[in-house]
Amino acid sequence: MDIQLNGKAFQTDPEIRLNLLLESLKLDPQQVVVELNGSVLTIDQFSATTLAHGDIVEIVQFVGGG
Amino acid sequence: MDELVIAGRSFRSRLMIGTGKFSSNQAMLAAMVASECEIVTVALRRVDINNPQDSMLNHIDRDKYLLLPNTSGARDAEEAVRLARLARAAGCEPWVKLEVTPDPYYLLPDPVETLKAAKILVKEGFIVLPYMPADPVLARHLEEAGTATVMPLGAPIGTNRGLRTRDHLAIIIEQANIPVVVDAGLGAPSHAAEAMEMGADAVLVNTALADTPNPPAMAAAFAKGVEAGREAFLAGLGKQRHQAQASSPLTGFLRHDV
Repeated sequence: MDIQLNGKAFQTDPEIRLNLLLESLKLDPQQVVVELNGSVLTIDQFSATTLAHGDIVEIVQFVGGG
Repeated sequence: MDELVIAGRSFRSRLMIGTGKFSSNQAMLAAMVASECEIVTVALRRVDINNPQDSMLNHIDRDKYLLLPNTSGARDAEEAVRLARLARAAGCEPWVKLEVTPDPYYLLPDPVETLKAAKILVKEGFIVLPYMPADPVLARHLEEAGTATVMPLGAPIGTNRGLRTRDHLAIIIEQANIPVVVDAGLGAPSHAAEAMEMGADAVLVNTALADTPNPPAMAAAFAKGVEAGREAFLAGLGKQRHQAQASSPLTGFLRHDV
């Protein structure tokens, strides 16, 4: 299944749950924020969210900044 | 020092620190400790999927420091609002340093988009600290929109050039009923002291600390500058005059009367 992940085409298992996508990317769900098709998700929604073909996913985190 | 109050919350320190561009997290943390700051800014960026880095959240003790996410990188109000919402979803308190800087060369804040975003974010319950041009009229509009502070620039971000906007900062400070935080361009403790002497409520510094061989030493120097400036402001600066006014008595000189 193809999704758009952080601006790039990305292949993943069909109907993968978001928490499992994060796990496969070795990302700690406590440390990232996820936006799915323009809507912000909270951490408690990760395991209940199933991705679909063509979804646009943004995963962001805090970095140093002024 | 007397306490700084922003949106009902008290802070002992009037120096805020940006966490960007430090050579290492260790240098950043040492600067934070030496500065005695209580508010630190952070930015939100895409995770590098192929090379994930540690989140800032792993390094900053959130019981000790209020994390102030910025909306840096936003080119318009819509992008700024999006970044603020993402930051809030990360579990941060709903404080946001609003930055809208469409011009990548001077990174000057867009007044129209900043005001537009401020109105939206205030409505959504954010505590908004907007980075802004040193424009007293805009400061009024932002205050009326319900922002918690105004953050006028001294000089463009990262330039270390000091209070190039001094006259307009003075008007903003005179007219504001909310804290004025001078942000951007402060390159030396004397710049910070000058802002505080003028009556600014706080300053925010990043590049001046990150861009020195010894960040903690510079952070400590800035803390002293801020404190000295605040104390001088509270004490009340002497009046400036054109003509000399002797400090010593003008009688009893050792000379012949004419």
